[in-house]
Amino acid sequence: MWNYEKRLQHPVKITQTNPKIAQVIISQFGGPDGELAASMRYLSQRYTMPYKEVTGILTDIGTEELAHMEMVCAIVHQLTRNLTPEQLVESGFDKYYVDHTLALWPQSAGGAPWTATYFQSKGDPITDLHENMAAEQKARTTYDNILRLVKDPEVCEPIRFLREREIVHYQRFGESLRIVQDHLDSKNFYAINPEFDLNPKCR
Amino acid sequence: MTENKPNRHELLEWINVVSFAVDDVKLFLDTHPCNQEALEYFDEFKKQRIHALKEYAKYFGPLTLDTACTPAEYWCWINEPWPWQEGGC
Repeated sequence: MWNYEKRLQHPVKITQTNPKIAQVIISQFGGPDGELAASMRYLSQRYTMPYKEVTGILTDIGTEELAHMEMVCAIVHQLTRNLTPEQLVESGFDKYYVDHTLALWPQSAGGAPWTATYFQSKGDPITDLHENMAAEQKARTTYDNILRLVKDPEVCEPIRFLREREIVHYQRFGESLRIVQDHLDSKNFYAINPEFDLNPKCR
Repeated sequence: MTENKPNRHELLEWINVVSFAVDDVKLFLDTHPCNQEALEYFDEFKKQRIHALKEYAKYFGPLTLDTACTPAEYWCWINEPWPWQEGGC
């Protein structure tokens, strides 16, 4: 169950439209390392996670990623509102516009539609937590790449906030991995999969 | 009543600050559930957050369903701008 809170996690107040940069930033909505994939990844993995600390972190980070998705969408929306047909053609945003007008639709910067193949839910805590740590670093790199292209401080500021959260999440997943390994045989972490080989002693 | 009315922008900024403190320490507590300092920090900012959300709802409209105005003649949840819109939070 979720409740909506009628505010962004961090404010987005962009006064100048810029459809060119919106086309790049939309990748953090529906691209391979975007916030939608992040949220779906953690919220999918949590059902079979046997350790309560890690189930908590998957739930809470998965929820925060939804708030990040909303921030990215707010950025893209504010960068593309009230565009004229001339501005659309000039900026190259016309190819997106023809299919979606000015609505938000999850796609990568290159135009590939969002797909569940952007993430894995493998059913093994060591595997999934490594996936999650890699995902946070990939998202951090994507935000670094975006920041090299953005000049407008009103856009940079919320992007920097989102970038910093990737680093915090990476840290928490690292701690989660350690919690998982503390439950396992230190001579062989891979002797069993605690999400499948149900031995209560191993938990 | 009006002389005590808080500044909307300042109150919203405060809500963002205390909510972020709660969001961040919540993740820390997931992996450090016995940390007393973090537990106290969480408790303090959770209280501040609940108070600020109630204050905001009273003067400027609800940000959460739990602080939505009832009874009323109009469903105020849809009244104020949405977060991505001009004037939104």
